[in-house]
Amino acid sequence: MRQGAGGKGQGARGRSRFGLRNSGMNPQGFHPSQLKFYAILTPLAAFMLLPMVFIFSHAFKPPDELFAYPPRFFVVNPTLKNFTDLFARLSTSNVPVSRYLFNSVLITLVTVAASIVVSSTAAYALSKKRFGLKQTLFAINTLALMFVPIAVTIPRFLIIQRLGLLDTFLVHILPALAMPVGLFLIKQFIDGIPNEVIEAAQIDGASDLGIYWNIILPMIRPAIATIAILTFQAAWNNVDTSAMYINNESLKTFAFYLSTLTSSATGANVVAGQGIAAAASLIVFLPNLIIFIFLQSQVMSTMSHSGLKQ
Amino acid sequence: MTTKLSAAWRNWCTKEASAYAFLSAYALLFIIFIAVPVLVAFLLSFTFFDSIQTPRFNGLRNYIVLITQDDIFMKYVLPNTIKFAVLVGPGGYALAFLLAWMLAQLPKTPRTIFALILYSPSMTGGVAMAVVWQTLFSGDPNGYLNSLLLNLNLVQAPIQWLQSPQYLMTIMIVVTLWGSMGVGFLAMLAGLLEINPELYEAGSIDGISNRWQEIFYITIPSMKPQMLFGAVMAIVSTFQAGTIGVVLSGSNPTPQYAGQLIVNHIEDFGFLRYEMGYAAAGSVVLLLMVLFFTRLSNRLFREEASS
Repeated sequence: MRQGAGGKGQGARGRSRFGLRNSGMNPQGFHPSQLKFYAILTPLAAFMLLPMVFIFSHAFKPPDELFAYPPRFFVVNPTLKNFTDLFARLSTSNVPVSRYLFNSVLITLVTVAASIVVSSTAAYALSKKRFGLKQTLFAINTLALMFVPIAVTIPRFLIIQRLGLLDTFLVHILPALAMPVGLFLIKQFIDGIPNEVIEAAQIDGASDLGIYWNIILPMIRPAIATIAILTFQAAWNNVDTSAMYINNESLKTFAFYLSTLTSSATGANVVAGQGIAAAASLIVFLPNLIIFIFLQSQVMSTMSHSGLKQ
Repeated sequence: MTTKLSAAWRNWCTKEASAYAFLSAYALLFIIFIAVPVLVAFLLSFTFFDSIQTPRFNGLRNYIVLITQDDIFMKYVLPNTIKFAVLVGPGGYALAFLLAWMLAQLPKTPRTIFALILYSPSMTGGVAMAVVWQTLFSGDPNGYLNSLLLNLNLVQAPIQWLQSPQYLMTIMIVVTLWGSMGVGFLAMLAGLLEINPELYEAGSIDGISNRWQEIFYITIPSMKPQMLFGAVMAIVSTFQAGTIGVVLSGSNPTPQYAGQLIVNHIEDFGFLRYEMGYAAAGSVVLLLMVLFFTRLSNRLFREEASS
């Protein structure tokens, strides 16, 4: 029954009268003392899961279930009608829904790839190169961790207008690449690579680019995975860029289209469009979930380097 | 002289130039999309600017108006922002820490599953899930919450959850808390798992007798850097989450300004009334608030060794 007894002296500590609480952190197996945490976490997790379960359920409901009274939480006769309806639709300005989805996929892929290159090269320099402004630049980036993009929407708009980036694909991508958290996390991770590894390569005559490509990149895969996820979430879920910097309907994103489905300001019929909106929400949500499930262990190993020392 | 200079130049090229080359792409984007906007916001906040004419310098007028004459700001926006920020910021942060602390005491598989469930709402955030909130909190008897309460006879008539000033703020806070177990939460969980178990043993020998003492004397001091990172992330995401009220109620301004936060106020003046200078003053106030709260958490979690 008590698997915990076997693991790494965990049981021994768990059994000793004073050390009972110490059985706690990072246990190898089950211990009765964990029951109270399960008792708290299980209902809480179920509660947090509700909206997601609801989206799943709602997206597959046929019309009579969407408008049933009293409303039913779970779907009884699942159907794909909401999805076919969604893709059969044209937006109010005659752009097919698949176009929004294509835009989102393309923008997200390019942003993630570019973000990895931009952040990891800068992080390598900040971590391993020696140069005059190193400390200052890192301090500025750390200060920028607390940057709230939404606060400077207006000046950003003016700058983007001046640069002629309004109504271009690039405006979806470029602002997302300046991601202080991404640089910070990768830099902290590279700090963990011993300098000797790099010095040895330098003695062997490797160039900076060679060191970055052949040594650093393969060693920081967890950090790369982490900022890939963060950038993915920022790009894939981005509504603001389409709303503020794009007038051309055929350059907007799927997440933006979703927001028009649920916003009463645009005159969308929220009640009638529920099923379609739920299907669209599910399409936005699922990729986030799948990618995180695949990369979660990498993310956790990056996060253990995330400490912010001041 | 020139040979000396060129030697120094060549030396700089071999030693430092490549560092700056590696940094250049990020630095350029950082300057264009972060540094310059902040600077422009700061400068515009001292001007009158309607986005058509050239900005006209008017000193501190925007700030004076914001503090003394903007009834909506003082009566609704500022109290709302503080209420929202205090409950979602420190509240969400404490919740994230407690949850991470409980998770760290479970074996790997259940821990991973719980962490995934708790983290997943933050992937899309409350905004993308608008359809959920609109159906759950729908104002007609067919809404899920109304239907439930009517069935239980707790209310006699359906409640306009998202349009009622007295409920909107509460729903905004619940929805934002729901989506607040983000990067900071994962960082704290990782930090908890990294703590050397021997510290706890030493602590129990030194007479630490209950879990609260253990948390405050061992756990938190051993993971201050992660606590600080989590705090910064909590502060930023709190202020960033400001659009939720507009999304839920479907209008800016929100019904009777009940869910009006500083972010909505900025947008209201900037994009709906084209008073860009005034909106910029709001932005500066917002950035200063973030800075203030970050400084505060710095104080709390500063590493003794380096201070």
